[in-house]
Amino acid sequence: MRPAAAGSNLVAMAQIFHYSSNTFARMTIYGAVFFIAFAGWAGYAYINSHYVTRQNQPREQPIPFSHAHHVGGEGFDCRYCHTSVENSSFAGLPATQICMNCHSQIWRTSPELEPVRASYQTGQSIRWTRVHDLPDYVYFNHSIHVAKGVGCETCHGRIDKMPLTWQNADLQMEWCLNCHRNPERYVRPREAITTMGYVPDGDQAEIGRRLVQEYHIQDARLLTSCSTCHR
Amino acid sequence: MDAGQSRNLKNNRRFHLRSSVFLCGLIPVLLGLSGCRSDMQDQPKYIPLRPSSFFSDGRSERPLIAGTVARGHLDDDTLLETGKGPDGKFSDEFPFPVTRDRVLRGQDRYNIYCTPCHDRNGDGLGMVVRRGFRHPPSYHIDRLRQVPNGYIFDVITNGFGAMPTYSSQLLPADRWAIVSYIRALQMSQMGSINDVPADARTQLGLTGAPQERKQ
Ligand code: HEC
Ligand code: HEC
Ligand code: HEC
Ligand code: HEC
Ligand code: HEC
Ligand code: HEC
Repeated sequence: MRPAAAGSNLVAMAQIFHYSSNTFARMTIYGAVFFIAFAGWAGYAYINSHYVTRQNQPREQPIPFSHAHHVGGEGFDCRYCHTSVENSSFAGLPATQICMNCHSQIWRTSPELEPVRASYQTGQSIRWTRVHDLPDYVYFNHSIHVAKGVGCETCHGRIDKMPLTWQNADLQMEWCLNCHRNPERYVRPREAITTMGYVPDGDQAEIGRRLVQEYHIQDARLLTSCSTCHR
Repeated sequence: MDAGQSRNLKNNRRFHLRSSVFLCGLIPVLLGLSGCRSDMQDQPKYIPLRPSSFFSDGRSERPLIAGTVARGHLDDDTLLETGKGPDGKFSDEFPFPVTRDRVLRGQDRYNIYCTPCHDRNGDGLGMVVRRGFRHPPSYHIDRLRQVPNGYIFDVITNGFGAMPTYSSQLLPADRWAIVSYIRALQMSQMGSINDVPADARTQLGLTGAPQERKQ
């Protein structure tokens, strides 16, 4: 508001706002601080919520494929189906041929498996719904993690207990960094990469430190530099 | 109204005008930026497993055209690739020396790809067989002990009867490693304690001289 010295015609103007609106104005100004803080917090909570990160949410699939049956029940190794996980950046989903290795003979009339048989006959891939999907500006590589002793379970959780697959970790940057800063807390011997329900044979702090040396895991400074994951 | 005052008011109004234009401009920019986020998240490029609307089969990965040879994969080593010798018969040779590491690699691969049907010890009673898959013969029958190494390699490469081919899941070198491990498995069922080196016997839970433990 303009000071009174600005001119007599302004002073003569009728008062528009009641006196109490001063308090109100002050309250809204201070309130705004809280409001903005709240909005910030709510926004942060929202982008980290399971609704956005899709953590722990089983996904519908064209075929009700169950890791609980195939891994937990039958004890098949991950690499039987995710064949490229050890030597390429992506783990890959099994080709229809791989399902047919077994399902040419067992459960061969099951209606649940009709899409598999159809895909086998027509050569059209089965369209699985993606469970994990990092943003395209992030570079991730399976083979290096597997080669340096990070188990599937560490990132994907107890897949062998999932009737429909869900995402176990939030896959936020903080999650990756948390391990890249302290890999010794998580690494395990290479022989146990696909083991589910792994329990370290002794003290993890000590085993971890030994494995970090043995596998020549790079130091945290390199592993947390932006260009490791954003390239 | 004096001149100074009207200038003040005008400035003031201009300021309001400018800031509201600025604000009105900012909102679409912010909205646009939030749009950019999803553009950057899903960039218009193909990454492994991403579907394509361009090709009729919906895949962005293209199947190899028949006869394609990748650089460095001429596959002209007949023994390594087919298990056959120069005479066209299955060979009993390995394409490389069989070392401890090879056999261990073979064990690793065998446990992943063969145990579902053949089971860990090769008797052919794996989980899938117990669920109704055709029962494969045990590796420990005479016929399979006699077959040449190249034959087992061929079974893995091309499949055999009800057994599917494993050529898409296993590279030739790993198939050979598995052959060496199957040989070790067969030996393990035939062997006597005298075949086990003395320093390894404790690992089997056997102690003492072999003669004392006749079985
Ligand atoms: C019999 C074959 C088979 C085996 C064995 C298997 N998987 Fe899978 N896996 C699949 C199929 C098919 C899908 C796609 C459907 C789905 O997401 O459930 C899949 C999906 C996944 C996904 C989610 C992929 C995505 O869309 O982001 C993860 C993670 C995964 N598997 C991990 C594992 C791990 C870890 C193991 C070993 C403990 C394993 N799988 C063993 C067949 C298999
Ligand atoms: C190594 C053998 C093997 C492979 C490979 C395999 N399955 Fe199975 N599958 C089985 C067995 C064994 C069962 C029976 C499970 C049971 O009875 O508990 C089964 C059962 C199923 C069932 C019935 C419902 C259930 O979950 O029990 C579905 C659906 C199925 N498989 C889908 C698939 C798909 C899709 C693939 C390919 C990605 C696949 N399977 C690959 C062995 C296999
Ligand atoms: C360091 C953490 C980590 C480890 C260890 C790991 N994964 Fe993953 N996995 C991921 C992430 C992150 C993605 C999502 C990748 C993307 O969206 O590009 C993923 C995706 C997948 C997928 C979906 C298909 C693909 O390739 O994107 C499968 C299948 C899978 N993982 C299986 C496995 C198996 C099997 C193992 C163990 C041999 C394993 N993963 C170990 C983090 C991990
Ligand atoms: C549980 C531990 C763990 C988690 C979680 C993890 N990493 Fe790693 N990561 C490692 C280890 C260990 C290495 C091996 C470092 C080396 O090369 O010595 C590695 C290496 C890498 C490399 C290769 C580095 C290089 O120099 O080649 C990339 C890229 C990478 N991680 C990306 C990611 C991303 C992206 C995520 C999150 C989605 C992630 N990692 C989550 C443990 C982890
Ligand atoms: C270990 C891997 C890793 C490293 C190292 C890393 N990032 Fe990230 N970053 C990620 C992942 C994964 C995401 C995706 C998170 C998501 O899904 O929203 C991400 C997302 C981002 C985003 C998008 C905003 C967001 O949080 O979604 C920015 C900006 C970013 N990173 C900047 C950086 C900078 C700057 C550095 C170096 C100081 C860095 N990153 C180092 C893995 C990494
Ligand atoms: C899905 C089940 C299955 C898997 C997995 C499997 N096999 Fe077989 N295998 C069979 C069956 C069934 C037979 C008998 C085929 C017949 O007589 O029709 C067989 C037969 C064989 C034979 C004997 C052939 C003969 O002359 O009688 C050998 C050797 C063999 N398999 C090796 C392997 C090796 C090595 C692997 C792992 C790379 C493997 N199999 C994986 C089902 C399987």
